[in-house]
Amino acid sequence: MSVAGETKPTKFARVRGFVVDLWYVLIRPSSVFGLGVLVLAGFVAGVIFWGGFNTALEITNTEKFCTGCHEMRDNVFAELKTTIHFSNRSGVRASCPDCHVPHNWTDKIARKMQASKEVWGHLFGTIDTRDKFRDHRQELALHEWARFKANDSLECRNCHSAQSMDITKQSPRASVAHQRFLFTGDKTCIDCHKGIAHQLPDMRGVPGWQ
Amino acid sequence: MTFSPRILAVATILVALSTSLLAQQVSTGLRGPTPLNEVGPAAPMTPLKNTAEKEVRNYPEQPPVIPHSIEGYQIDMNGNKCLSCHARARIAESLAPMISITHFMDRDGQFLATVSPRRFFCTECHVPQHTTTPPVTNDFVDIDSMLNKATPGGRR
Ligand code: HEC
Ligand code: HEC
Ligand code: HEC
Ligand code: HEC
Ligand code: HEC
Ligand code: HEC
Repeated sequence: MSVAGETKPTKFARVRGFVVDLWYVLIRPSSVFGLGVLVLAGFVAGVIFWGGFNTALEITNTEKFCTGCHEMRDNVFAELKTTIHFSNRSGVRASCPDCHVPHNWTDKIARKMQASKEVWGHLFGTIDTRDKFRDHRQELALHEWARFKANDSLECRNCHSAQSMDITKQSPRASVAHQRFLFTGDKTCIDCHKGIAHQLPDMRGVPGWQ
Repeated sequence: MTFSPRILAVATILVALSTSLLAQQVSTGLRGPTPLNEVGPAAPMTPLKNTAEKEVRNYPEQPPVIPHSIEGYQIDMNGNKCLSCHARARIAESLAPMISITHFMDRDGQFLATVSPRRFFCTECHVPQHTTTPPVTNDFVDIDSMLNKATPGGRR
């Protein structure tokens, strides 16, 4: 056992010495490699780092990743399977990241930062049973609705654009509602289309529902 | 009692023939040509009528049929998609007809402030329609036609 008071100064001095040495190495012009080589090496390292980061994001941006957790697989994924966004006559499907992670780069990182909370929730089991999931469901859904509302249902519009909607091909209720409220900008998709991909949470208190 | 083998054979054949004839008859209509002891292929699913145009009611007490698609509409403890359009406070936006006053009545005829629990599960009474020709024709005659036959031109 050593006494803290005795080792501290020497350890500190060693670390300081290392930092000072490193600093001198870094600011001294290279005598071995040319500037061009160094710039190139830096560039390659940057590409590798950036690429790795990108790849990590790509992997976490797949449905396989999302449904790797039973919380997501047994609840929301199981429910998605019965909806039109999982199977339809056109054979085009929407996967979790299509609706839940913005395709925009900066938004993407922002969303990933928020997702760290989910890992926490997974570790500490906030929703690890169906009952617990049901209890928390309204809160989670409210977050998602708020997000869709704030970004004017960006993810929906990545696939469905109001400009390309041919109202003459839509059902009468759809064409009337879209003309009155969507094309005028009064409302956004999520205002009217809640619960299209999963079952609804307790809707008491949600505007327009009872 | 004993039967001669010949009579027994004839009886057996007769019974077999008659049941097979019967089977032939029973298997027509709704079942299609599939024999009774086999499971036929499932009929193709037909789309729901989605014109949103009201259909005539056959008698005044009839719950009107739903003239639009209700695919994926959730009605359970958590929420009622139908009421998001048909509730009193929603009809200005949805342009849907309001659930009538009978939907607010309890079994004693008292009017409640909100939809009566016994009217919450709309599809107990209201059904959507498929665009298909019915396999069994319907010969229902409504009261107006009946009265018309008895007293042509009478007031209804
Ligand atoms: C580590 C397991 C795990 C993975 C992987 C995972 N989730 Fe989750 N997810 C959870 C948990 C646990 C919660 C609940 C968090 C809480 O309690 O706030 C959650 C909550 C959510 C919510 C509600 C968010 C909110 O703001 O309340 C959404 C949406 C969601 N996940 C989508 C996804 C998508 C999309 C993916 C794939 C990119 C994904 N999840 C991957 C475990 C996971
Ligand atoms: C077509 C778009 C769409 C797809 C695809 C989709 N979701 Fe959702 N998700 C939503 C919407 C919209 C909500 C908000 C609640 C609602 O309206 O049902 C939501 C809510 C959630 C919630 C919050 C809890 C809840 O049910 O309200 C979680 C968790 C979630 N989604 C995870 C996923 C996962 C995991 C996948 C992939 C298996 C997925 N979602 C696929 C649109 C989608
Ligand atoms: C990955 C692309 C994609 C995304 C993202 C997406 N959808 Fe869809 N959506 C589809 C496809 C494909 C269909 C089915 C088209 C068909 O075959 O009729 C569909 C169908 C629909 C329908 C028609 C349902 C019916 O019964 O006819 C609605 C409503 C809808 N989507 C709303 C939304 C909303 C709201 C969002 C955002 C939360 C969203 N979609 C996000 C691709 C997408
Ligand atoms: C004012 C409410 C409202 C808004 C806002 C709205 N919709 Fe709709 N939408 C409806 C109604 C009502 C229907 C028909 C009934 C149904 O499908 O449940 C419909 C039907 C649809 C359909 C099926 C088309 C058909 O012929 O039935 C699609 C796809 C759709 N909406 C996508 C969207 C998308 C994408 C957005 C956002 C860009 C959006 N809607 C915004 C009310 C709305
Ligand atoms: C998006 C809004 C919307 C939703 C959700 C909706 N309806 Fe309707 N419904 C309408 C509209 C609009 C009409 C009227 C069409 C007309 O009068 O031209 C209608 C008509 C009807 C009628 C016919 C009324 C009559 O007098 O003939 C019935 C019955 C009905 N709906 C029942 C239901 C049921 C049951 C549900 C839920 C399973 C439901 N609706 C969900 C909009 C909606
Ligand atoms: C116990 C059977 C029953 C249930 C459950 C029921 N209805 Fe009705 N509904 C009727 C009958 C019968 C009528 C026609 C006579 C009347 O208005 O009372 C009717 C009429 C209607 C009408 C036409 C009203 C008008 O004035 O044109 C609408 C719309 C309607 N119902 C919607 C709904 C909705 C939405 C629900 C679910 C919340 C529902 N009904 C539940 C039996 C029922």
